[in-house]
Amino acid sequence: MNFLQIVDEAWSSLNANKMRSILTTLGIVIGVAAVIAMIAIGTGAQDTILNQISGIGTNLLFVFEGNEGSNGSTNVSPLTMQDANAIGEVFAAPHVELVAPVIQGSGIAKYSGETKSTQIFGVTPEFQNIRNYELTEGEFISEENINGRASVALLGVDVAEKLFGQTENLVGRTITIEGQPFRIIGVLAPKGGGQFGSHDDVILVPISTARSRLFTREQGKVDIIYIKAISAESVPQATSEVQEVLRKRHRTSLGEDDFTIYSQQDFLTLASSITNIFRIFLSGIAGISLLVGGIGIMNIMLVSVTERTKEIGLRKAIGAKKKDILIQFLAESSLLSMLGGILGIIFGWIISALIGSFAATQGIAFKPQVDLGAIFLATLFSTAVGLFFGIYPANKAANLEPVEALRHE
Amino acid sequence: MKENVIKIKDLTKVYKMGEVEVHALRGVTLNIQQGEIISIMGPSGSGKSTLMNILGCLDRPTSGKYILDGKNVSNLDDDELANIRNQKVGFVFQNFNLLSRSTALANVELPLRYAGIHEDRMALAQKALENVGLGDRVNHKPPELSGGQQQRVAIARALINNPAIILADEPTGNLDSKSGKEIMELLLGLNKEYGTTLIIVTHDPKIAKFTARTVHIFDGKIKESRS
Repeated sequence: MNFLQIVDEAWSSLNANKMRSILTTLGIVIGVAAVIAMIAIGTGAQDTILNQISGIGTNLLFVFEGNEGSNGSTNVSPLTMQDANAIGEVFAAPHVELVAPVIQGSGIAKYSGETKSTQIFGVTPEFQNIRNYELTEGEFISEENINGRASVALLGVDVAEKLFGQTENLVGRTITIEGQPFRIIGVLAPKGGGQFGSHDDVILVPISTARSRLFTREQGKVDIIYIKAISAESVPQATSEVQEVLRKRHRTSLGEDDFTIYSQQDFLTLASSITNIFRIFLSGIAGISLLVGGIGIMNIMLVSVTERTKEIGLRKAIGAKKKDILIQFLAESSLLSMLGGILGIIFGWIISALIGSFAATQGIAFKPQVDLGAIFLATLFSTAVGLFFGIYPANKAANLEPVEALRHE
Repeated sequence: MKENVIKIKDLTKVYKMGEVEVHALRGVTLNIQQGEIISIMGPSGSGKSTLMNILGCLDRPTSGKYILDGKNVSNLDDDELANIRNQKVGFVFQNFNLLSRSTALANVELPLRYAGIHEDRMALAQKALENVGLGDRVNHKPPELSGGQQQRVAIARALINNPAIILADEPTGNLDSKSGKEIMELLLGLNKEYGTTLIIVTHDPKIAKFTARTVHIFDGKIKESRS
């Protein structure tokens, strides 16, 4: 028999028991749809998270106070403005392009009855470049603002939207932050949302003002130092230069460091390893449902072999060889699972698209990614499931004794 | 003297049912000539079914020799036996054994598929159905046909590969007497026309009367009578 006839016969035999075939296929449909959707969601989540980390800026290093690796060094000297200035020395750290000390905290901003709780960063002018902030209007914080401890603020679009219901013509208006009046000098261009707090849900103020008016910090102390290396390749050199400068200044060249440097790459690596685990976990769970679908196929094929024992006997009587019977039943089980696979891909795609558009209506920048690799894998895997779980029933059919099979009622 | 299409010598068949050995055939010797019509009769448990299964190459003898159409088929493996059944034996069953999902044409064509014939299958099947008087029913499925018509389809299927023998197991057992008679006449007519050896297994003496030669089997041994 040629291939087309085999497929045709398998099809007509599946067609003879429509409801049963549909229900059996459903197991595979659900399994494959789950695998496709889960991989799509995992990939989408990974993209979103990695984009957010990249969205912070490029070639960045972050210096934090303290050392997570040590069990609480007794003498932690805080990071200071002087540390930041020392790192900024071009001779001490030639691979560092920009340095931005930051004081951060959260606070409540108010404008004529509207209230918004948000993240507040006390920053220097370098921060704009390091974080790639664009302005839709106004100007960034200047050196004079820092020196004069000016009560001026830049608003992220989320904050502007909440307080004013608009994102334009806000320069010159006055809001209160933690009960103190601040004049708006600019609005930040939107950077997109994020799970770790939106890049747009922020207020930027001069670092000196943040220290003296909003957050209590020791003289000269800063929370984080943002550092931008001159290029992606120079991130390792910049890291060791910063390390050296800080060790000298904190006199920790012999003991443990009392600061920690993370590179953006560290965060990217960490995030992608976490999201990979997440993705494998999701598709593993989805894979189990595919397995269950396969067992469903085996079950129904066994029933079918028993029901059609007499037919198998007749086919053998008129000349069917073992191989013919084997192929006939394998064709049925693989056809079942392949159809299930195709339907599953379509459903998985629809589910991913629905989740994507749901996320879009919620303003979450999350887009599930159905990739060709996943589709290919799902088709291959579902057909393999049909073949694998069809082998036992088909073999049982092929090995029936013709005399016994013909006598079967 | 015509050639013997079936030569059986000292055939035995022993079934082992646990500890007990059941001797279904105890040394059967039988020759059947090309074109002969023969009936095999015997009560149930006589070894009649066993003999028929071996004649039809559905089963192998425990000992003895069976030569079918010049080929020793006593010790072939399953696939070789399947080939012999496909090429040399046409089966007609009491309950027709048609595939109910397939049309008459597809049923008749099936042995050609297993024979690996690719061309003209439909035309051959069509012709076979015309030969049994069902040229106008080729696209009907078995449930849409009467018992007699279904048995005609089965006969067309049995003949499609030009077998050496037709083995009919109670071919009229499920039919009323009128269709039964028609089926018998059809079988005898085909024998006359094509010279196909016809072996009818039955317990009905009226059917056995149609055949010139009757083999009685009792307790695993045979006894012949001619009419």
